[in-house]
Amino acid sequence: MDIPVDLLINAVVAGLLIGGFYASVTAGISISFGMLDIVNIAHPGFIILGSYIVYIINSTTGADPVVTAIVMLPVFYFLGMGIYLVYYAAFERRGQEALRGLAFFFGLLFITEVGLILAFGVDYRYVEARYIGPTWHIGFVDLPLRMLVPCVVSLLMVLGLQLFLMKSFIGRAIQAVAQDQLALQLLAANPTRIKRVAFGVSIATAALAGAFLIIIQPVEPSVGREYIGRAFAICVLGGMGSLPGAVIAAMLLGVVESFTATFYGPSWAPAVSFGFLLATLAVRPAGILGR
Amino acid sequence: MRPWKFSLLMVAAGAGVFALALAIRSDYLFFAGYVVLQFIVLATAWNILGGYCGYVNFGTAAFFAIGTYTTVALHKIGANSGRYLSGTLGELLQPLFPLSVPALVILSGAVAGVIGLGMGYLTLRLRGVFFAIATLAMAVVLQTLVINWEFVGGSRGAYIIREESLPMVGFKLGYVQYLFAIMLLLAAVALSVARLIERSRLGYGFATIRDDEMAAEAAGVPTLRLKLIATAISGALMGMAGAPYPYYIGYVEPAGTFGLQYAVNSIAMPMIGGTTSWAGPLIGAILLGSMQQIATVTISSAVNLLLVGVLLVVFVVIAPNGIMGLIFDWQHARRKP
Repeated sequence: MDIPVDLLINAVVAGLLIGGFYASVTAGISISFGMLDIVNIAHPGFIILGSYIVYIINSTTGADPVVTAIVMLPVFYFLGMGIYLVYYAAFERRGQEALRGLAFFFGLLFITEVGLILAFGVDYRYVEARYIGPTWHIGFVDLPLRMLVPCVVSLLMVLGLQLFLMKSFIGRAIQAVAQDQLALQLLAANPTRIKRVAFGVSIATAALAGAFLIIIQPVEPSVGREYIGRAFAICVLGGMGSLPGAVIAAMLLGVVESFTATFYGPSWAPAVSFGFLLATLAVRPAGILGR
Repeated sequence: MRPWKFSLLMVAAGAGVFALALAIRSDYLFFAGYVVLQFIVLATAWNILGGYCGYVNFGTAAFFAIGTYTTVALHKIGANSGRYLSGTLGELLQPLFPLSVPALVILSGAVAGVIGLGMGYLTLRLRGVFFAIATLAMAVVLQTLVINWEFVGGSRGAYIIREESLPMVGFKLGYVQYLFAIMLLLAAVALSVARLIERSRLGYGFATIRDDEMAAEAAGVPTLRLKLIATAISGALMGMAGAPYPYYIGYVEPAGTFGLQYAVNSIAMPMIGGTTSWAGPLIGAILLGSMQQIATVTISSAVNLLLVGVLLVVFVVIAPNGIMGLIFDWQHARRKP
């Protein structure tokens, strides 16, 4: 097959742009699943919830989606803390997180999805912002601002998170929980309090990821399910708790999906992430940047 | 009670239910009852892996759809046997088609069991949550495959035309009644298998995995082999439950067949009923299944799904051992005042 060079390069660029967005989807799961060992499969549900809140505020006041999401960060942070409190009291303390904890998050995912369907129906919703229409052209490379803005803000968010985890006291405490919870208890620190903060942060990222999602594409309540496989595949491929690894894996998945969509048709794209996940689990379960 | 006695009892109970349903002579009862029975099979199948081994399977819809689409594909081959079955092998197979529903059930079970085995082999060697996530992703991928598979209708879906009734000795049996009877038998088989496992060496092996896999491994329990057996049995039963579905519904399309309601119901029913014995999924399926049939008619189908989700969350938080656990606690409290 003779592939035109400009098509190839555009496919790569589109993949990198969507990969930047995937990084924001995965960041929350990298924290909850990779560091805290909480298998929060409801994360995409919170992302869709974020999308709908952004949609409501944008359609009533016309506020910018990204700014709205930043204002919402504290709300999602406290939501996450609340969920962790329930999770801890009901499952973690009793040592039942494996079976019932998973069922709990699955139930939450289901409730958000069906709840949104009941409230808004299954119509696709979208937001309005100045940067959604135009596209920059650099040579033959197309840079739609609809993709570029979420990608850049998302990478900034992940960078901020990484700095927070590396430099701040509480961030380093979160990493300590990820490494050895028992040792932390022996040092008379309270891992539960740190995990509560960390889980709050991970749910807060869902607000921003939700805003990015609804900027990139129209959203309906069951879209979230497609992101479960993707986000966990990226998280595992990147090396569980590693944010830089997650960014690399997200870009990789984005490019491969973009190639699949360009050369085989978009209907095959969802299968790519599953292939990635299975291949990683079978070949290198520690991921690219795993310890 | 001996396993064979239990199986006979289950079949007898099934026959009793069938006779009662025939006596009431309401077609709606058969339609609604079929769905409840289907959920008994799915919940029991899920519990063999989830309740006995402690491994969560989110891919019920995928296994169910494997059964459904095996039927669709084989039905299409059977309906156009001249076109698809050519060559020597085709001529040998031709007299077998069109396949009867029981044959389709067995074939679907085999296909789903083999796929379950393959999935398990790839992911069960790692921590349990990877298996759970992989099953979640598997549903999405199988849906993608079916959407792109024109032979079974792709995203447009496929129509299955069934006969009006089955000619029987003496009287005519309606097709819905026939499917109801098959599902009834399947439920009896699933419950017998679950109870047999529960009281056997296999079941004790499963329980060791659920309680402490590391210790079980250290004590010489072949954990991987046991987990693979559980996945294959559970997947096969789910596939069997899906096999008669195209004949029941008449039209199948990917979005409906892969619907989240199968996954959430098959998890919620054992969790609400109680996961440690065969009776839990049965109780959960009858309660939740009938409640949904009533709520679909009286309120709306979206509200009843929300109800299932809320019940699931409430039960896992407040009553982690389900209704069976509550009964057990109550008996204990009475015995020791």
